[in-house]
Amino acid sequence: MGTTASQLGKDLLSEYQELTFLTKQEILLAHKRFSELLSKEDRNLTSVPMEKVLSLPELKSNPFRKRICHVFSTSDMKDGSLTFEDFLDLLSAFSDSATLEIKSHYAFRIFDFDDDGTLDGGDLEKLVNCLTGETEDTRLTPEEMRQLISNILEESDIDKDGTVNLSEFQHVISRSPDFVSSFKIVL
Amino acid sequence: MAHNVNFDLTAQHMEAGLESPADEEGVHDSFNQLIEDQRQEAFELQELQRDLDEEERDSVAYLSSPGREMWRGSQGRGEEEEEEGRQLDPLIEERWSSATLKVLSSMPSRTIGRSRGAIISQYYNKTMKLRRRRQSRPSIKDFSRSARPSIRGYGMESDCMETEGVDEEGRKRDQLVNNLQNLSLSDRVRMLRAMPLSVAEKSELRRLAGRKGQRSNHSQIPCCSQLKYHIIIALRQSWYSCLSFLHSLQLWQVALKRVSGRFGTGVLSYFLFVKTLLFFNIFLFLVTGLFLALPQAVHPPTLTQGHEAFSGLELLTGGGYFSDSVMYYGYYSNSTLYKDCRVTSSSMDQQPSPSVSRRTMETDCGVKLSYNMPLAYFFTIGVAFFITCIILVYSMSKSFGQSFRIDKSHGILAMKVFCSWDFKVIKKTSVKLRSENICTQLRELLEETSRKHVQKTVCQRTGRVLVHVLAWFICIGSTVACVLALYYFSEYMHKDLQYRSRIPTKDPLLKEASLLALPVVVSLINLLLPGLFNATAWMEEYDSPSVNTYVAISRNLMLKVSVLVVLCFHWLGRIASDPHSIGLQCWESFVGQELYRFLLMDFIFTILDTCFGEFLWRLFSQRVLKRKRKPVFDISRNVLELIYGQTLAWLGVLFTPLLPAVQIIKLLLLFYMKQTSVMMNCQSPRKPYRASQMSTIFITLLCCPSFLGAAVCVSYTMWSIRPSESCGPFRSLSTMFQSGKLWVKELETHNPNLAWLAWAHSYIVENPLFLFLAAGIFLIVIYFNTQVVDGQRKIISLLQEQIENEGEDKKFLITRLQAIHQQKRPLSPRRLTSQASQDSNS
Repeated sequence: MGTTASQLGKDLLSEYQELTFLTKQEILLAHKRFSELLSKEDRNLTSVPMEKVLSLPELKSNPFRKRICHVFSTSDMKDGSLTFEDFLDLLSAFSDSATLEIKSHYAFRIFDFDDDGTLDGGDLEKLVNCLTGETEDTRLTPEEMRQLISNILEESDIDKDGTVNLSEFQHVISRSPDFVSSFKIVL
Repeated sequence: MAHNVNFDLTAQHMEAGLESPADEEGVHDSFNQLIEDQRQEAFELQELQRDLDEEERDSVAYLSSPGREMWRGSQGRGEEEEEEGRQLDPLIEERWSSATLKVLSSMPSRTIGRSRGAIISQYYNKTMKLRRRRQSRPSIKDFSRSARPSIRGYGMESDCMETEGVDEEGRKRDQLVNNLQNLSLSDRVRMLRAMPLSVAEKSELRRLAGRKGQRSNHSQIPCCSQLKYHIIIALRQSWYSCLSFLHSLQLWQVALKRVSGRFGTGVLSYFLFVKTLLFFNIFLFLVTGLFLALPQAVHPPTLTQGHEAFSGLELLTGGGYFSDSVMYYGYYSNSTLYKDCRVTSSSMDQQPSPSVSRRTMETDCGVKLSYNMPLAYFFTIGVAFFITCIILVYSMSKSFGQSFRIDKSHGILAMKVFCSWDFKVIKKTSVKLRSENICTQLRELLEETSRKHVQKTVCQRTGRVLVHVLAWFICIGSTVACVLALYYFSEYMHKDLQYRSRIPTKDPLLKEASLLALPVVVSLINLLLPGLFNATAWMEEYDSPSVNTYVAISRNLMLKVSVLVVLCFHWLGRIASDPHSIGLQCWESFVGQELYRFLLMDFIFTILDTCFGEFLWRLFSQRVLKRKRKPVFDISRNVLELIYGQTLAWLGVLFTPLLPAVQIIKLLLLFYMKQTSVMMNCQSPRKPYRASQMSTIFITLLCCPSFLGAAVCVSYTMWSIRPSESCGPFRSLSTMFQSGKLWVKELETHNPNLAWLAWAHSYIVENPLFLFLAAGIFLIVIYFNTQVVDGQRKIISLLQEQIENEGEDKKFLITRLQAIHQQKRPLSPRRLTSQASQDSNS
């Protein structure tokens, strides 16, 4: 698609503009940053391996960085490597003008650690561990964790099937007006 | 197995049978929808059947997600809780066979979050709905043509396709493309953009939709409408590029990113508020500068006395050198300004009324461009306030709609876990701090939910109430004391001014400097009392941080409002009612200077506060107290200070048309100062901060006491205070409002056709009945809206009940399925052991 060329084609640019929530400047900036990630020798590659993407300062210390890469990666190897288009997808979902719906959809997929389409107890546990950090003193005790998860399920699991599905998740999100402003990554 | 084949055949048959009407009358897409649903069900049943068979083949594979196992592992510890948990969510407690698990995981509600096909089908349904809505202005001709081939194509495809899943997805995609084609161009773009698919897939969809669309376009659309499309596309593209240009102009983007990267959304909201205020002031400055200051600066009036020398103190007091400049009300002339006319306003000062003078001037210079200054002054201020009011109310209502949903049910923990991560925070230490915060918050919330039932003892509660009463007593008492002190001090200063005006003083500079006493006192009160309030709040120890913030805001607001009320009384009641007693020629200019002084003092004290309160305090606590913590940026107090400053600016616009310029400079400096101070001295707040609700409250405060108060004061001045007789655009009128009245009257005499304007003016503006009517209608509208919201709340609770019932049904059906499945096949060894363990448990 010519994504690794130093310049983006004009019609490609307008296509990206049409398909994502990014403006022209943002796409160009994204392209610049993306081609910086590709070192000289692998200019001919189209995708950047996950480790390189995670070295971006915007993602470096984010506890969900690996999940983010996995969700947005379209590579068949499931190794979390990103092509330029995947990178644009990522930025588009995290951009200012993305809708609540698309943001909550991707948030759900990021939080769905085992990719089974619902947030069950295991997903929630991993999510809470990501939020509280990995150190011992900030980790919740198993008892606290159990109580927390059953409380979360009680609050958000409307149809009481023991897991939180996408629409239930979106229902919770829609009540939190801060979500849209905090689910953002700016390059 | 035989049964399976049979089933498959019937399903195929059913599909084929149902498909024919769609083929024949593609227009009825409601049918299409119905068929769609049924086919989906058939497909799922098929899938289910195959799963069951598969499981018979390899019943060893236990298809449970590892996560679920883990979750059960942590559950296993609390054995006594198990019973309670089972009642809560039986679907997760039972050990399902792999078949049931597969059914569970292939339920549509769970596939949406995972598979691409489900997303496509969801969006297919969405486009369908959109299309149906657009169908009210039908274009059947286009529709049937473009709709048919793809369905036919599907019929061919389905025969040769092997795997059902791929086929299903491909068909869905075809239909989606088909629907997209029938949407208008802008709808299509919007739809594509909002799909949670990857760019590659979206561009493929777009290409498909575009290709087919173009083919039909070329054949059908006549040349002129093609031209129209091209023009529309070109216009849209230029609009986009214009928008992106505006976007690139965004102020302080890098600075804001740095702040949010370190402190998150809470502190960011303060800086965004600064930006909002800056835009309000730029607007105000543009309006007053263009319509008042510029025309007057081009036609300067002849001054009776010469300019005073510049001494430097003017920058603080706003008087002296500045007093006879375009900055203040007194400088503006009460005449009509003419282009190319040699007549200046001084020659018309003797004229009894501006209307008469205008007519004489017209005879002098013929019909030239004229600019009626009093009228311009009146309308500029009025229109500026009106537009500001509209913008404020609009942004307030928008922010209300975003941050307060009508759904009242609470899910604090879920919300905390799902929404509390701020993805903008990128600094490593901040991330660590943030996780610590979240951890403590979660612990606190958990404790709260488990403690909710524990009642405090009567003794504790009375102690609590006593502390609150004491705190409020201290706060109200200190506020009242300060306000009384301010009242008497301002009276004293007024008397002092009267005394000084009677005896000519030797040193004019001293007189100027004494004017600074009142602003300094007010700013001192504004600086010190919030500290006292913080101390009392610390004494009170509120449970929830939000209550704490609200209490702090209400106390600070109480203080600022009462201070402003006393000041307004001082200006409009004391000075304006009797300006000659303190030897003033032009009280409006004097009040304008006072407002300038207050604004400047406020700024200087903010600088001092930032310097001493944040910088030195940080040094002190780090060097002397050896604490590692830095002070926390107090958002609510800082925002209230901004609101106070803005109120002063709005109050002063009438008397000092260029005051917004001062405010702009102040805000610009403040932004950079606060940014460096925050980055240097502060750490991210420990308490959770609900940014969007807070910014709603701030914009409400900006609208309701601040802007409304300023508007009331300004309109009171315009309507009922007599302007000075020897200066300003409204000299020789009994009120400022009269200039509008005179203009209407004149218009009526000049141009009888406009008599209705005078009529409307006298009935609508001067008659209070109209105001009452408008207010009444407004109240009725509010009442209706609250009723509608009430009704919606009821509907929501009903719907929630319904969902719960359906969940029950789902559980029931799945347990039935499991039971039937178990009856049908011999028990597998694993199943036996699990049952045995369950038996031993019970």
